[in-house]
Amino acid sequence: MRFRIYRYDPESGAAPTVQEYELDFDPKGKKVLDALIAIKDTLDESLSFRRSCREGVCGSDGVNVNGTNVLACVTPLEGLKQPIEIRPLPRLGVIRDLIVDMAQFYQHYRAVKPYLINLDPEPENERLQSPEERAELDGLWECILCACCTTSCPSFWWNPDKFLGPAALLQGYRFIADTRDQSTNERLDFLEDPYRLFRCHGIMNCVEVCPKGLNPTAAIGKIKSLLVKRAL
Amino acid sequence: MSKPMNSSQIPKRTFDAVIVGGGGAGLRAALQLSQANLKVALISKVFPTRSHTVSAQGGITAALANVSDDNWHWHMYDTVKGSDYLGDQDAIEFMCRNAASAVYELEHMGLPFSRLENGKIYQRPFGGQSQNYGGEQAIRTCAAADRTGHALLHTLYQRNIAARTQFFDEFFALDLIRDDEGTVLGVVAVEIETGEASLFESRATLLATGGACRIFRHSTNAHINTGDGLGMVLRAGLPLEDMEFWQFHPTGIPEVGSLISEGVRGEGGYLVNKDGEKFMQRYAPNALDLASRDVVARAIAQEIRAGKGCGEHGDYVHLKIEHLGAEKIMARLPGIRELSMQFAGADPITDPIPVTPTAHYMMGGIPTNMHGQVVSPVRYGPEEPTPGLYAVGECACVSVHGANRLGGNSLLDLVVFGRAAGQHVIEYLRENPYPRPLPQEKVDQVMARLARWDKPKGTETVAGLRDEMQRIMQDHCGVYRTEALLKEGLAMLDKVEARLPDAALSDHSKMFNTARLEALELENLMAIARATLVSALARTESRGAHTREDFPKRDDDRWLRHTLYFQQDDQLDYKPVRLKPLTVDTFQPKERTY
Repeated sequence: MRFRIYRYDPESGAAPTVQEYELDFDPKGKKVLDALIAIKDTLDESLSFRRSCREGVCGSDGVNVNGTNVLACVTPLEGLKQPIEIRPLPRLGVIRDLIVDMAQFYQHYRAVKPYLINLDPEPENERLQSPEERAELDGLWECILCACCTTSCPSFWWNPDKFLGPAALLQGYRFIADTRDQSTNERLDFLEDPYRLFRCHGIMNCVEVCPKGLNPTAAIGKIKSLLVKRAL
Repeated sequence: MSKPMNSSQIPKRTFDAVIVGGGGAGLRAALQLSQANLKVALISKVFPTRSHTVSAQGGITAALANVSDDNWHWHMYDTVKGSDYLGDQDAIEFMCRNAASAVYELEHMGLPFSRLENGKIYQRPFGGQSQNYGGEQAIRTCAAADRTGHALLHTLYQRNIAARTQFFDEFFALDLIRDDEGTVLGVVAVEIETGEASLFESRATLLATGGACRIFRHSTNAHINTGDGLGMVLRAGLPLEDMEFWQFHPTGIPEVGSLISEGVRGEGGYLVNKDGEKFMQRYAPNALDLASRDVVARAIAQEIRAGKGCGEHGDYVHLKIEHLGAEKIMARLPGIRELSMQFAGADPITDPIPVTPTAHYMMGGIPTNMHGQVVSPVRYGPEEPTPGLYAVGECACVSVHGANRLGGNSLLDLVVFGRAAGQHVIEYLRENPYPRPLPQEKVDQVMARLARWDKPKGTETVAGLRDEMQRIMQDHCGVYRTEALLKEGLAMLDKVEARLPDAALSDHSKMFNTARLEALELENLMAIARATLVSALARTESRGAHTREDFPKRDDDRWLRHTLYFQQDDQLDYKPVRLKPLTVDTFQPKERTY
């Protein structure tokens, strides 16, 4: 199998390059991550990438494969056009090879206060929530923070420091949608901003690439309609 | 070859407490300490939500009685029985008694549990759960769909954001610093991005580094599960407990290893062999597919051996859930469906899932008491606390899981003992307000270990040796064991280990050098593999997950005791099982059937 992989060595002072690899590998049933590991184990120990769960739940190995943001561990090799081109996620700074600097992404995540705010005294047992109320959280809480969506978003490319991006906004809405949370107004106050929220133009790249099948655009739409309702 | 750096060259950071590991246990302990306004650092080799807790699926067990009649005494009985009586009953009582409050606390933190019609937390049946001390199936495992670990890990991380815990993400802990009196004074860790080492000085160090199933070729575990805390403890001269006990989860996807939750059988799924026979009725006539994991794993292995496995090589069986219907599968088991489609090529709505027993969980680990203090035999007894050192979660052996862990008790272990250890650290810090002098030579030793990998040339590779070790463990220390097999495995491991000094890296860069990390992880794995084989060889009985074909019976007269393994000369020691609970009566060991 043939690969073209983005390489950057921060210690060399040299500009990034694309390196070609020829790997003797049966792709049947295997994923992109299996190939990356095989390259590292047998051809080039210096090839660097993040990985952990290898089953699409930890969000470590978001990369760009043949032009699309994916999780390497759940992307089948079969059917990919060769040479398979693997690059770091777009727009974030590259630390080394396929490893990007996630600091900005995490900062946006923290900015939405991604935790339940409820100042009532804690009840003796659980707080009650009907299955219907709980269903409002489905499609929100499953986010794995892989950054595939945010780094595929043109609005984020243009304003990475000011636009929160789909992942952070999805988490912002996750707590707005939670019947146990008491901070909706403050959350909306924070989001009501020409950049943080309103740079989303509904391009929907986020929906297309989300490896968990989530829909940040819909969540952003719901935040927007809550803001409209509140204004009326 | 470069000389070891002088320790005075590495920067020192000082904290009240340092936690190594950002999974459920580490985050729960960190929260306790941050909320007490202590200066706490959480060091994790990955961003915390990449920790392996995220892969836990089925749920967290607590006798909330939301669905079936239930109480913690029954949960305790099931856990003691599930442990094949090797679990310490005081710790098990502590865990089961605190389970409900721990789960309610998670709910209050915001964990998005699935809900029942009445708005309470959804619970599902799991293996080994009973009402009334061995009666009807209990329904005890609290779930957020089949992504409970994800929900728990993210919730705890989020609470730590709110509590302003100080994170050192992508820092790799190398070794403990322990003075000659045995007090632990902190750890040396490498910042992965820069490759620079620094000393984290602290009066309390808590290890929460997770499991180590990566000693096996096939496992449900993440790549990062390399038992780093266990390696650190062994090198510090402390023992590991019950390392012969590794849980083989009955239902992993063949070759790939991904876990198919016990919750699948809890929701009504069942196993069949190639003849379509529901074979569990022959092995566990009462509990059937919800017998304990060791029992189900052995049953599957027997079927495969008897030529009743499915597929071309007959090396797996089928797990069927079609009869549950698409709607229930999508609502309760969406993650399982995704995994099955991605890694087994089977949509469980229409096709059976291929499954086979797969290394999943380490029951043994760093010996601790129920406050999370690391204990070892020193002078006066088998369980003297090591000042300044704690361990929690899968890396620890409290021991609540004994010879076999029950499903749903792992997430519970993380939060109950994470909280308990955090609480104890607070008291310990109050009683030990002064820093102690740091022995420079100990820091130098750690730096020398790191510098060893600067060696320019070698005849072995890290990946090659790791692969050989994993094959040895897979073939010689699996579901069924014999003296001959274990001895052969140990002899082979000796040879592989002897080649480790000949290994060298080709990548000697500093920044984000993952090859170097893998080398350091291999050192930890190798030590754990050895501890496992030596401990397994010595235990001449079958108990829980440790099945010796040459000693098929449990032998309480000789073996109702915990193994302690020391790295020096592969020395073994033993200590009694704590049979006396805190308040209730002892559950006396009896024959274990399901």
